[in-house]
Amino acid sequence: MNEYIAHAGAADQLRVWHPFVSPLDPCPPIAEKTFIIPPNVTMPWQPPGLPQFSPYEALKLGTLWPAYYSPYETTPK
Amino acid sequence: MWIYEKKLQYPVKVSKCDPYMAKLLLEQYGGADGELAAALRYLNQRYTIPDKVIGLLTDIGTEEFAHLEMIATMVYKLTKDATPEQLRAAGLGDHYANHDKALFYQNASGVPWTATYIQAKGDPIADLYEDIAAEEKARATYQWLIDMTDDVDLQDGLKFLREREVIHSLRFREAVEILKESHGVKKVF
Ligand SMILES: [Fe+2]
Ligand SMILES: [Fe+2]
Repeated sequence: MNEYIAHAGAADQLRVWHPFVSPLDPCPPIAEKTFIIPPNVTMPWQPPGLPQFSPYEALKLGTLWPAYYSPYETTPK
Repeated sequence: MWIYEKKLQYPVKVSKCDPYMAKLLLEQYGGADGELAAALRYLNQRYTIPDKVIGLLTDIGTEEFAHLEMIATMVYKLTKDATPEQLRAAGLGDHYANHDKALFYQNASGVPWTATYIQAKGDPIADLYEDIAAEEKARATYQWLIDMTDDVDLQDGLKFLREREVIHSLRFREAVEILKESHGVKKVF
């Protein structure tokens, strides 16, 4: 399975919110914060017959199921 | 029960970007002589203290929660916009590893708050003397925190909090005088 499909869920799992920013904040504000909704939350019961990674890819990524793969990259927050 | 007012007891202004100061301020958040310990100590001791001084413990215990909110606001303002790298440089890398930027009830060295910081002895003099000592220690902690920053706006909030502990100590000393019961009474021997 190629890199594109392996990371297809990344954007779907990200939630963005905007904390209060005061004109009196001492440090340059971070306007946008993010957190992750992992796929075990959106699909808490695994449906049968989901597509699978290749065995080699699954060993690398930690799951056989692309639908349950949760990539993590450092984001400013 | 309590009625909540959605504002701080005294305005908190932080003008210098200094995430390291947030680490130090945690001493008043979840430290042995911090505001959480103070609030929980007084609001628990009050049940078994003589009637005349219950109200004092309720009032001061409640005010300590207002102080806790001010400290929380200071810590939050100093950490909310820091990157993980900046937190690491400020000595908060271990905090980030466990809590991200969430506040947590721990002292400046990262030791989590524990109920062993407070006592309820049931003996009114023992309890009030502990309370007086706690107020003096809180006052001293505020002094050392004021010494650790040159942000005059942050110092302003800390100086207000320090003065409140001076007054709290005075009121607890007065409570001891009330319990002596010779206060204001002329005794002829
Ligand atoms: Fe206080
Ligand atoms: Fe106090």
